Amino acid sequence: MTDNDIAKLVQSALFAVAPDLEGETVGPDVPFRDQFEIDSMDFLNFVIALHKATGIEIPERDYPKLESLDKAVAYLKAKGFAQ
Amino acid sequence: MIEFKMPSLGADMDAGTLVEWLKKPGDAVKRGDIIAVVDTQKSAIEIEVFADGILDRLLVEPGQRVPVGTVMATIREPGDLADAGLPPKAVPSSASPPAAKSSAPVAPASAPLVAARGEPRATPAARRRAVELGVEIASVLPGPEGVIGLGEVEAAAGARAPAKPQRPGGISFDEMRKAIGAAMARSHREIPHYYVSSTLDVSPLMAWLEAENTRRPVPERLLYAAPLIRAVARALMDSPELNGHYVDGRYDPAEHVNLGIAVAMRGGGLIAPAILAAETLDLAAIMERLRDLVARVRGGRLRSSEMTAGTATITNLGEGTADSLMPLIYPPQVAIVGCGRIVERPWIVDGKIEAAKLMTVTVAGDHRISDGRRAAAFLMNLDKLLQSPETL
Repeated sequence: MTDNDIAKLVQSALFAVAPDLEGETVGPDVPFRDQFEIDSMDFLNFVIALHKATGIEIPERDYPKLESLDKAVAYLKAKGFAQ
Repeated sequence: MIEFKMPSLGADMDAGTLVEWLKKPGDAVKRGDIIAVVDTQKSAIEIEVFADGILDRLLVEPGQRVPVGTVMATIREPGDLADAGLPPKAVPSSASPPAAKSSAPVAPASAPLVAARGEPRATPAARRRAVELGVEIASVLPGPEGVIGLGEVEAAAGARAPAKPQRPGGISFDEMRKAIGAAMARSHREIPHYYVSSTLDVSPLMAWLEAENTRRPVPERLLYAAPLIRAVARALMDSPELNGHYVDGRYDPAEHVNLGIAVAMRGGGLIAPAILAAETLDLAAIMERLRDLVARVRGGRLRSSEMTAGTATITNLGEGTADSLMPLIYPPQVAIVGCGRIVERPWIVDGKIEAAKLMTVTVAGDHRISDGRRAAAFLMNLDKLLQSPETL
């Protein structure tokens, strides 16, 4: 799986929890919170969606590592997600 | 014969636009069935019926905007004969008061990405932002994928002088702001507010939550809002003067805590649907309701009962916001609980300075019903509950 594929997966997880954003261009290095007014409920749902899509257990202390597209891709790769 | 009227879905609603009927004449309806969808200034709301019977006649058509109280349909009760040619009640189709705002185009809050006829493809968030910024969506150049996103709308808005906000579809921010303004002006005018606040040590709650979330698989994790809502609901059960409705000079304390949850809408605006009988729900159930409410505020539909049954409201500022707030009560309720963000600050425990996680909670109460002492007692009770999060 290329970085691009992982980025697509992250974006679809984001759009799944915030369907009104579907189709938005996601800035790679801007925190989702700042870009799209993502609140704590949206963010938790996003983490759940990533967990379901990848099977990776994401501890709460790692949440900051998922705050932007680039960071989330790097995190998933570091966790060994590349199926 | 029962008259089914356009309900008032909150102090800020004076009229609604019928989006669609979900039942047709001759259909049997039961109390609690959703029979229509109505667009208010804030959201599309599913309207529940309050009686059992047979839907007799529909008197309002989709797209019509009618004032609150307008008879929209008649329902035959068991025993009623079918309506035998009586002249239909005047349909106030043109009954929007003369001064009323022009009716908004009918569109559910959750407009999909597909383009309306002749309109470019744009994301719902972009459409809303376009309304907010007064940009006509048709004039915006799509992005590289052929879709208009927030960035394209913002670029288009920056490229020219702002125009008067228009309403191409979905929720009108202009109208919503007016609705919020009208409700809050009424609150400010009619309710003699008092404010009482305390700074509570939520370190035990946050420590418990962290341990709990470490133990829980991702999908079962809790936000601190869940135990907070549970504690507030339980404390309100012991404060009947803060939980109920004040209507026509009379106060009705409520039996249950239907806790209105103020949810911010992306792009601006606020809506406070209620979690019904919140004091009876455990943490998992509260978390589930909260998740569902937020999802439906974002992109789905709320139900009429959620909009009218609230007996008190909580507004929780959350992370990255401000320390405290002094909210206005949402009539006909008589109290609102405002929670500031959680901050780490020095705190004195047994004569020693410690780092503690603190939350400032402010209660706005209604002097027609109670005094500050009641709110202070509520806060002490809430504090006590939050010190033993494992019992929540």
